Amino acid sequence: MAQMKFMCDAERCIECNGCVTACKNANDVEWGIQRRRVVTLNDGEASEMSISVACMHCDDAPCMAVCPTDCFYKTDDGIVLHDKDLCIGCGYCLYACPFGAPQFPQQDAFGERGKMDKCTFCAGGPAESKEEEYQKYGSNRIAEGKLPLCAEMCSTKALLAGDAQDVADIFRQRVVYRGHKDGAWSNNPQASADNLAYDAAHKG
Amino acid sequence: MNLLTAQVPGRAPHLGKGFALSIGRFVLVALALVLSLAFTQVAVAQADPDREMTTAAPGITADQWRQVRSGETGPNYRDSRFDSTYSLINASGETWREIRNRWVSPFGLIAVFGMAALITLFYLIVGRKELEQPRTGRLLLRWTLMKRALHWTVATLFIVLALTGMTLLFGKFVFRPLFGDGVWAWMIAATKVLHNYLGPMFGILLVIMLVSLIKDNIPKKHDLVWFKKGGGMLGKQHVDAGFANGGEKAWYWLLATVGILVIASGFVLDFPNFDQSRDAMQWANIIHAVGALGLTAISLGHIYIGTLGTEGALEGMTTGYVDETWAKEHHNLWYEEVKEQTLTEQEVAARKSSGGSGEPSATHTS
Repeated sequence: MAQMKFMCDAERCIECNGCVTACKNANDVEWGIQRRRVVTLNDGEASEMSISVACMHCDDAPCMAVCPTDCFYKTDDGIVLHDKDLCIGCGYCLYACPFGAPQFPQQDAFGERGKMDKCTFCAGGPAESKEEEYQKYGSNRIAEGKLPLCAEMCSTKALLAGDAQDVADIFRQRVVYRGHKDGAWSNNPQASADNLAYDAAHKG
Repeated sequence: MNLLTAQVPGRAPHLGKGFALSIGRFVLVALALVLSLAFTQVAVAQADPDREMTTAAPGITADQWRQVRSGETGPNYRDSRFDSTYSLINASGETWREIRNRWVSPFGLIAVFGMAALITLFYLIVGRKELEQPRTGRLLLRWTLMKRALHWTVATLFIVLALTGMTLLFGKFVFRPLFGDGVWAWMIAATKVLHNYLGPMFGILLVIMLVSLIKDNIPKKHDLVWFKKGGGMLGKQHVDAGFANGGEKAWYWLLATVGILVIASGFVLDFPNFDQSRDAMQWANIIHAVGALGLTAISLGHIYIGTLGTEGALEGMTTGYVDETWAKEHHNLWYEEVKEQTLTEQEVAARKSSGGSGEPSATHTS
């Protein structure tokens, strides 16, 4: 089976927020919740860098590990989904998530969180009918053979979505083209040891 | 270029001097354009991709990833999400997960069930602490109605909170496979609501109870001796104790310190509408879980000693009165103070039927 992954090429992201808009549009996400966000570091400086983040559908997902109701599950495609009927809005997934992906409609008394909402890789979630699925989780593009709309709409193709192997291949090509010896993570000694670009160029 | 200039002079005579001038200007501009084109071509030919890379937008450096990992959100940090206070990477999330799942969960379970096992073992080997002398039938008022009501309300809330809290931590391993998703969804939702709404009530009542009992729980010198002799739990020895013995005082001060910590951290977790940070809630959760599991384990000891473990102890907290013999054997210093105030069973019954079980004249002094 495929292992679905997102990857955002920070050298390409231009902070247009097209992915954010596409996601809101595709999934009809409720007011106040934004499944994808674009973070910009050092805005306005020479070292400015932007990156689009949402749920990264971790292999070893911390949200799954800490959930008191065990409402998360992994699809055969490696997509991390959750059952809103089981969610109690305790917020533990948010404490654990490295990417700040889980969000809550805090509309009840005392800031009670309500059912958690997060990126589904446009794969919907558990529901009785298609209508219920759309209403609870948004669209299920994966079932229609389509990739998440955020990545499909990305104008610079900074945001890639798909099988981990394909995404890695595309990124590896870019790295080779850029000529970074250290796999695009400039001056990163860890990456340099692997010498990604060298491997890619020599192993074809 | 040549084509243009060659054609123009041929037509010029028909159009006069002004036109000839403008033609001249046109030729000059065209020349300049062509020349500039030639120069750029030279420049392009000389471009060095390596040099260009150093002057173009710089690549992402290790410093930036270090910045990401540190969770830094400086003045030039932007997040397109409304009202977001999150850094790009929540590095402490993994620490929280490790502490909770690897340490708090298993060791909490060991603490609570280990304590239950120890108490069972103690009961089987040592057994119940019986009264050595026969009861005299004369009673002493130990707990007023107000204090008993407070104690049982706090106790009930404590038990409900301990059970719901442990369901939040361990329930998914037991009840989900046992009952299936339908029941589990309802059960865990009710668990959270109970825990979150009863928690603040418990907090307020515990503080009131602590305040009302502080007079009896000031540590005294004889409490140290009490601890040295193990509270007289083993054997027939008698250890000095006032209204509250050393163990009761220790339980009191545990609740007054760890209990307050658990309540305070509980409030941090229960009301996420005050913009407390994610990191604050992670730490609050760890403090809450460690403190609460510890108190739950120790509370089992308190419950055992107060019910099964000691003859004549429970009736003090249910009826409010204890037997004179019990007072003499367990709280000798207190007994010396109040031994003049003993009542017969008839007197107690008369008092209770007249509505007041705890009038001030019969209360103790520490």
